[in-house]
Amino acid sequence: MWRETGQDGVPVLRFDRVSVSFDEVRALNDVSFRVYAGESRVILGAAGSGKTVLLKTALGLIKPDSGRVWVFGQDITEMPESELFAIRARIGVLFQEGGLFDSLTVEENVGYPLENQPSLRCPPDERRRRVEEALRFVELEHTLEKYPSELSGGMRRRVGIARAVVTEPELVLYDSPTAGLDPITAYTIIALIVKERDLRNITTIMVTHRYQDAHFLAGFRWDPATGRLVPAPAGQTRTRFMVLREGRLAFEGTRAELEASRDPYLMKFVRREG
Amino acid sequence: MLDFLKPPVVAVQEFFLLAGRTFRNLFRRPHYAGDIFLQMDTIGVGSLPIVSLIGFFTGAVMGMQMSKALQQYGAVGQTGQLVALTMVRELGPVLTAVVVAGRNAAGMASELGSMKVTEQIDAMRALGTDPVQKLVKPRLIATAVVLPLLTIIADFVGLFGGFVIAYFFLNLSPAQYWNNAWQSLEYLDVSFGLLKPFVFAFVVALTGCYYGLSTTGGTQGVGRSTTQAVVSSIILIFVMNLFITRIYVSL
Ligand SMILES: Nc1ncnc2c1ncn2[C@@H]1O[C@H](COP(=O)(O)OP(=O)(O)OP(=O)(O)O)[C@@H](O)[C@H]1O
Ligand SMILES: [Mg+2]
Repeated sequence: MWRETGQDGVPVLRFDRVSVSFDEVRALNDVSFRVYAGESRVILGAAGSGKTVLLKTALGLIKPDSGRVWVFGQDITEMPESELFAIRARIGVLFQEGGLFDSLTVEENVGYPLENQPSLRCPPDERRRRVEEALRFVELEHTLEKYPSELSGGMRRRVGIARAVVTEPELVLYDSPTAGLDPITAYTIIALIVKERDLRNITTIMVTHRYQDAHFLAGFRWDPATGRLVPAPAGQTRTRFMVLREGRLAFEGTRAELEASRDPYLMKFVRREG
Repeated sequence: MLDFLKPPVVAVQEFFLLAGRTFRNLFRRPHYAGDIFLQMDTIGVGSLPIVSLIGFFTGAVMGMQMSKALQQYGAVGQTGQLVALTMVRELGPVLTAVVVAGRNAAGMASELGSMKVTEQIDAMRALGTDPVQKLVKPRLIATAVVLPLLTIIADFVGLFGGFVIAYFFLNLSPAQYWNNAWQSLEYLDVSFGLLKPFVFAFVVALTGCYYGLSTTGGTQGVGRSTTQAVVSSIILIFVMNLFITRIYVSL
């Protein structure tokens, strides 16, 4: 049912036959898809299959060699950097390598988009309030004055999430948010992502290596009463899956379709469950 | 067939693209004054001790060498002049630039390089800042201001080094040495002696930033671009020096 209502609107993100090459490597090869408002999208794929390049292309950080990219209905393919800032201000992003500025404190890091995005530019006292709020959301309000190098890997990831959501974006991109974390910390991170999604009904795109993460994003919702993740009725989370293989879109569809697939490459990702 | 030429040609093209983008942004807001002063501090104050030290020893060595040559003509009294001319025209600008290249082109390449591989540069762009404005421009402005000043200091300390030799070993009087040194310098010597560090500043800052921003391949890549930044900027300093000196002698 949601698909019909969803597809009436303009996609939040749309790729149309996008290809990106680096020297000899075809990082993305003829990729087309649409993501609609309120949807969750899980992107799976082997190392080097182009997941990070896909997210960076969506942000306009990488220009496609061919094809077009639309974000919030605007064609960003040839948009100049100065205009892209207005689009990027509406997107939150957590980078795979963290991307936290190690010369700045946690407070300055989280406040960075509020201070620097030309379309946001909020005054210092409001900035401080919003930074504290975002850090309280990830339960790190006591680390304001610390530097990223003084935090653990999981804490840095949480600061990254705080920075991604501090601007109250309409779309959030998470690049491998649980990579390199132990299962308990990984669960904390995923719970935060689901919570952010459900509290504000945000379109969420998550790249991951762990099918477990996808399982939570697709099958659970944030319960405000208990403050925990609880199983969600089938289809309620509006989660769709994509699998990349050597830059090509090898699969796009629902979880049931992915799990029913007999393709050996796709089965590799699904079998990791449990 | 000429495929092996492609990487260097692309690199040169990208270098000039970066230079062009920096110049276009030079007078455009925002200016990030805080970053400019921070860079002036690391480049200027940070390089001061080593630049002075090298200036002093170079001046002293020149004093000894020149006086030995001058002895044959019984013209030891001209030592001040030769030290002044070599320091101000060539050694002051080139040695200072080479020292700053070793310290700061390397520093810029490794700092920007690690920011590149940890996706901080991407984060900057995603969060509303232009890395050219925020990182390259302050470094370029700071180097362009500070390198000529460092060169002046190196020139003076070098002259002083020559004086120490002249006074203690050649028995020249202070007035003899300094008057001789001072009067030998012409307007053109001084202006070219200051034009050089200004040009070298662009070489050092832009090469350092270029190699930093084009880093790929993780921490290993950072080491690689640091080395390349130092090697390339030192070579470029000597090449540019030849061209500027060519203009100088034809005037
Ligand atoms: N800046 C770059 N320069 C050259 N090649 C690149 C660059 N960025 C990515 N690539 C190449 O593009 C391909 C896809 O890279 P990408 O980072 O998107 O992989 P990924 O799916 O995110 O992998 P991982 O799971 O390891 O993060 C790889 O072959 C990579 O080497
Ligand atoms: Mg990746």
